[in-house]
Amino acid sequence: MVAQLQQIGKRVLDIVAGLGRSAQLLIAALLGISYVLKNFRLLVKQVYVTGVLSIAIISVSGLFIGMVLGLQGYSILVDFGAEDALGQMVALTLLRELSPVVAALLFAGRAGSALTAEIGLMKATEQLASMEMIGVDPVKRVIAPRLYAGIISLPLLCIIFSVIGVWGGMLVGVEWLGVFDGSYWGNMQASVNFGHDVLNGVVKSIVFAIVVTWIAVFQGYDLVPTSEGISRATTKTVVHGSLAVLGLDFVLTALMFGDF
Amino acid sequence: MPYADSLVEISNLTFKRDHRAIFSDLSLKIPKGKITAIMGPSGTGKTTLLRLIGGQLKPDAGRILVDGQSVPNISRKDLFALRKRMGMLFQSGALFSELSVYENVAFPIRVHTDLPEDMIRDLVLIKLESVGLRGARDLMPSELSGGMSRRVALARAIALDPELMMYDEPFVGQDPITLGVLVKLIRQLNDSLQMTTVLVSHDIDESLSIADHVCVLSGGKVVAEGSPDEVLQSEQAEVRQFIQGLPDGPVPFRYPTGDFAQDMLGCN
Amino acid sequence: MMTTRWIEVSVGAFVVAAGLAFLVLALKVSGLDYNTDEKSTYTVYAHFNNVGGLKPRAKVTMAGVTIGRVASIEIDSKWYDAKVTLKIDNSMKGKLSEDTSAMILTSGLLGENYIGLIVGAEENMIQDGGEIKDTQPALVLEDLIGKFLSSMGKE
Repeated sequence: MVAQLQQIGKRVLDIVAGLGRSAQLLIAALLGISYVLKNFRLLVKQVYVTGVLSIAIISVSGLFIGMVLGLQGYSILVDFGAEDALGQMVALTLLRELSPVVAALLFAGRAGSALTAEIGLMKATEQLASMEMIGVDPVKRVIAPRLYAGIISLPLLCIIFSVIGVWGGMLVGVEWLGVFDGSYWGNMQASVNFGHDVLNGVVKSIVFAIVVTWIAVFQGYDLVPTSEGISRATTKTVVHGSLAVLGLDFVLTALMFGDF
Repeated sequence: MPYADSLVEISNLTFKRDHRAIFSDLSLKIPKGKITAIMGPSGTGKTTLLRLIGGQLKPDAGRILVDGQSVPNISRKDLFALRKRMGMLFQSGALFSELSVYENVAFPIRVHTDLPEDMIRDLVLIKLESVGLRGARDLMPSELSGGMSRRVALARAIALDPELMMYDEPFVGQDPITLGVLVKLIRQLNDSLQMTTVLVSHDIDESLSIADHVCVLSGGKVVAEGSPDEVLQSEQAEVRQFIQGLPDGPVPFRYPTGDFAQDMLGCN
Repeated sequence: MMTTRWIEVSVGAFVVAAGLAFLVLALKVSGLDYNTDEKSTYTVYAHFNNVGGLKPRAKVTMAGVTIGRVASIEIDSKWYDAKVTLKIDNSMKGKLSEDTSAMILTSGLLGENYIGLIVGAEENMIQDGGEIKDTQPALVLEDLIGKFLSSMGKE
């Protein structure tokens, strides 16, 4: 019984200590902004790795989710004779919820796990240690550019996701199911508010970007440098990242759209 | 102590990891301008010792002086300045996988100096030439063999002409030819650049063939120290077991456990 | 060198594409309506006995054309009625007479509530921070049915 209590206590302490280390890493990496700006190419390279290389998966998912929304939305709205509101439904669903959340989940799976594995491999092959011996802080040189690149990339990906999704919804609704395209766009424009819907969606994705990239670089930096440690850490990045996105999404939605 | 002048002085060092003492009350001096081999069975914390000297780990007690400066206590800025004068060859080579061979060697030069590009180029080519890999400058680390990447890492470690050069297990996993090249290079670099060399290894023949001074570690302490010949002739049980490669001795073959017969019978 | 160039170009294209996408969201999807900019609106208050299902951000219309939004709805503890803050487009500034009437309407049978304004004949205009005095409360379906039933009972 005492042993079990000790075990629980140790686990709790481990978790709290991990949180502490991750907060330290986040602050140290964010303070590395001057180094990142001075070595701007490092940032560009990482935006390429995290952002550009994720465009394909983001575009394809955005297209299909938009098309599914068009199809499902139409089949529900047509019962009420309200299929003209399809554009409104597709746009609001995407902007407020689906594009920030789905883009962040895909980002955690595609870019986040790659970040963790890459940093973990650099740790396992002593690259981080040798960098330190050469006299370069790996947090500034390796972690900071990746963190900032993630924070830049995900919101951009989220915007692209939204636009492609809205277009996919139009493709199904207007081109295939015959919704009048004037009412598709007109109802959308009448109901979507730039500040309330578009910007809040972008704010959401910025928050998700910080959290997901933070989790990814921390898992990579903090892992046990063995092949087993790396595979566990990449799994953790995807699981923790996805859960954090979904949990935070509820909180952010309640804050942004909860004022009835 | 036959050498008056020492670059690194470690006294009464204690270092623990997860409550297990890796070093207890260790004292060691590394003479200037010589090759010192630190030897001992695996698990005795030889790599840890190098990291302590490099300031990457902090000791629980004791002093580590490098050129008169106390490594655990100096400021971060001074530590980085001190590291500029140290070179370290990691066990895995630790080349930066996203940079080419040329850029890897240029990396420390770019970090610490503001030299124009053509001077950096000259320096990099000189260093690559000294390890015989000038022709491999455009390759990526993933395209190199194990021995080649270790030589590139060596070129990178000496890029800034360090005063103290540390080698972490340089001979592990190398074929006989590479081994010969490495031994020759280490000796050559030490003599031509007037460096102080610390070599951590458990390869007895290679280490004893180039070392001027040998320290044998066991159980977190220095058990023997002196010239290669003195160590070879040592009568101490730990040293004899290590040098002759005896399976059992002061370092037990078995991991501590209960009685074998009882274990087999299933009684605890 | 070639690859560095390619990385830079593709990252640049990525940022431009995202910028264009943002522009599409702003112009095509949201139609970037006037009330996003606080400065281009002015404030008018209206008191209602009952706001029914009116919500913040509901439309304010005149002759069916949207000219503003409901900014907030709160209880007025002095009169125990609802104090509704309206943000009206600046293009209508000084063009609403003091006897303008406001009523809470419903779009369709089950649709959302919104406010409709009808201009009166007075010469004095409502200024920024002014009040619409002539208001009609929301039609509450239960009240209507109740009245209908009781009038049926009398006959």
